Amino acid sequence: MCLGIPGEVIEFLPEQPDLARVNVSGVRRVINVGLLSDEPPVPGEWVLIHVGFALSKIDEAEAAAALEFLEGIGQAYEDELAALRDSQIE
Amino acid sequence: MTQQLASTPPSRPRRVLPTGEREQQVLDRIERARRRRPKLREERITMSHGAGGKATHTLIEAIFLDAFRNPLLEPLEDAARLPMKGVGEAGGATVALTTDSFVVSPLFFPGGNIGDLAVNGTVNDLAVAGATPMYLSAGFILEEGFPVADLTRIAESMRDAAAAAGVAVVTGDTKVVEKGKADGCYINTAGVGAVAAGVDLGVANARPGDKILVSGPIGDHGVTIMLARGELDIEADVESDTAPLAELVASLLGAVPGVRALRDATRGGVATILNEIAKAADVGVLISENAIPVRDQVRGAAELLGIDPLYVACEGRLVAVVDGDQAAQALAALRAHPLGAQAAIIGEVTAEPVGLVTIKTAFGGTRIVDLLVGDPLPRIC
Amino acid sequence: MRFVDEFRDADKAHALAARIAALCEPGRQYKLMEVCGGHTHTIYKHGLEDYLPESITLVHGPGCPVCVIPMGRVDDAIHLASQPDVIMTSFGDMMRVPGSNGAFFDANARGTTIKMVYSPLDSLKIALANPDKRVVFMAIGFETTAPSTAMTVLRARAQGIKNFSVFCNHVTIIPAIKAILDSPDLRLDGFIGPGHVSTVIGCRPYEFIARSYGKPVVVAGFEPLDILQSIYMLMLQLHEGRSEVENQYARVVPWNGNPVALKAIGETMELRPYFEWRGLGFISHSALKMREACADFDAELLFDVPGVRVADPKACQCGEVLKGVLKPWECKVFGTACTPETPIGTCMVSPEGACAAYYNYGRLNRQRVPEAISIEPSRP
Repeated sequence: MCLGIPGEVIEFLPEQPDLARVNVSGVRRVINVGLLSDEPPVPGEWVLIHVGFALSKIDEAEAAAALEFLEGIGQAYEDELAALRDSQIE
Repeated sequence: MTQQLASTPPSRPRRVLPTGEREQQVLDRIERARRRRPKLREERITMSHGAGGKATHTLIEAIFLDAFRNPLLEPLEDAARLPMKGVGEAGGATVALTTDSFVVSPLFFPGGNIGDLAVNGTVNDLAVAGATPMYLSAGFILEEGFPVADLTRIAESMRDAAAAAGVAVVTGDTKVVEKGKADGCYINTAGVGAVAAGVDLGVANARPGDKILVSGPIGDHGVTIMLARGELDIEADVESDTAPLAELVASLLGAVPGVRALRDATRGGVATILNEIAKAADVGVLISENAIPVRDQVRGAAELLGIDPLYVACEGRLVAVVDGDQAAQALAALRAHPLGAQAAIIGEVTAEPVGLVTIKTAFGGTRIVDLLVGDPLPRIC
Repeated sequence: MRFVDEFRDADKAHALAARIAALCEPGRQYKLMEVCGGHTHTIYKHGLEDYLPESITLVHGPGCPVCVIPMGRVDDAIHLASQPDVIMTSFGDMMRVPGSNGAFFDANARGTTIKMVYSPLDSLKIALANPDKRVVFMAIGFETTAPSTAMTVLRARAQGIKNFSVFCNHVTIIPAIKAILDSPDLRLDGFIGPGHVSTVIGCRPYEFIARSYGKPVVVAGFEPLDILQSIYMLMLQLHEGRSEVENQYARVVPWNGNPVALKAIGETMELRPYFEWRGLGFISHSALKMREACADFDAELLFDVPGVRVADPKACQCGEVLKGVLKPWECKVFGTACTPETPIGTCMVSPEGACAAYYNYGRLNRQRVPEAISIEPSRP
């Protein structure tokens, strides 16, 4: 029920301004983007899909920031692991 | 703010949370409850009973096994192995017999139609019994008003599928029912084949140390059917994987003597077969999510629909349980055949936990893969 | 899959796990509640608890909109579906929820037509294709889903569809959280906040939790790394003595929510004075019904709905599980009388229910599972 999947907007349907075709891993689906009418998505943008509607746009900058944070933690972890390993070779 | 790691960090993903004694008692109680004979509580048949999961198993055990009980039926494998004394050469032969009914909707879909399923499905049930498929029967239940052109297409597909599989349709039956019943066309096929001497495949043979293989990407058929129904506004380039597996099986059995069991993964998917192995052989099954081949589009569609590809039907994939020492040869034998090009080793049989299938997720954690009660995708085959 | 796979990366999980463990004060136990059923599902499905130290317990909350539907409402729905010429449409999760005389599946076996749909919009297609039938959509869900129902009603009006109505069972999340906070049985340290509800209502509604109750809240995404990172952020707040609302799911959740969605809800629905929640009893201003202006789409007005209150079976302890007081396996009937095949309560039927998640995924003595086997990944 909370199910929300990210999908990339491919195109709008010609006579139906509220409907857009999205791509999820090669699967194409028509969804209703009426809930984003304040700032309609453009092809190439990503949206969160829930029961046939786009609920929100995916902010790529925020996504990148989130991944960067995780990379950072991952890197620091690797560094500490390495330091620990090195310190054991004695 | 620097953090010092308190002790040697684990090289494996996790801290194993020890299961408290009370929780373990509950788990044991549940295991005992699961082993009891299932009772059929419903007064009427529901769609869950046709899904291939728990409800189907309960129905089969409570009604059919109870009514027909005999040692040849009890293993409940894909085909029954029948000793035929005084038949054939030198003191008798073992014949494999199987039957399947096909109620798929829609009748025509990318990759094939109900006719292809009707032939390949039965051929495959014989093949995984270690039998050479030989003869099929075909019974049709047709709805009044069904287009003859469609029936011709179906029959021609069956002819071609039978030729490709090396079998002959030797007998059949046709009935017609009033408009509104049979949804166009239902087909039942039964098949017989000869089991080679010394071949004794069965999921009860599985033992700890065995490896589990699948012959290719899972979930293609079920997702294809779902999308072909046209109710979902979803398009994807997937097609049914329906195919005859007798040749693939023959090359596997020829290359590797240590095959314990073969199953074709249809309704209920790979997860159902894994559970049948764990239950029949009283073993554990452990698989690795990263090792399971799934096409990107099948994965995408499954995520969109909130279903797990492990439970989605295939129609041209087999699951093999193989002696651990011969797993590499088995994999090579499968991959050498076009239908097994993307075969993979997905897991192994373990001594514990008995009767349970567990999966190491891509994320690194562990969880169970249980039988579903119903099927997220009805009328797949 | 983009925006999904990156957040399931096992290597980053180890790193986060180490950080989380390092933030635990020796000797202290932590209880964090994930409100959302979708989070419960993710936690069990990916085996996320394997990454947490013993001192952190995750408590499963009531954010499963199927789980909180009382048996009486299921009976009402079946009664509706049994009216002449009615086609009921429903999300799949509802099909096996037991009423006092079986679930939707059983009702279909007795002759109703209750069809599974993936979107409320599918109901409109069915209504157009069956002009002589009356289509009733069984609307469930928190604020996540209410906008979709609202948009469907507005679209039906715009298209002049007259044979469509909604049986509205939408509920709101804040009263449920408040019921948890006011419950004397629980002592929680923090909340993993609902993800998709927040895309609609934003993050402000949770501020009272941090301000008045002093508990940190982190709005979390649904991939396992999202949840793990949210736990890290909660532990950091606790370590630093802060109690704030933070947004881990910023790539999807706007701080101010979705005004268009809220407007659509406002145009079509209004709060009921009170509503019965399974296990939590009657909660005021916690559920939605169709507005008067949309009376022509209100199934409760168009049809006669019995509205009988049905008490939960005596054996059922869903209420305590929903509040996080009991773990699923602590329920007396868990796994024996109450299984996914023979569910007594909703926690076992809904895929997001804590009992279903634990039974289907977590019912495992991890010490008995052999260490990771080395298997080649199938993808190169």
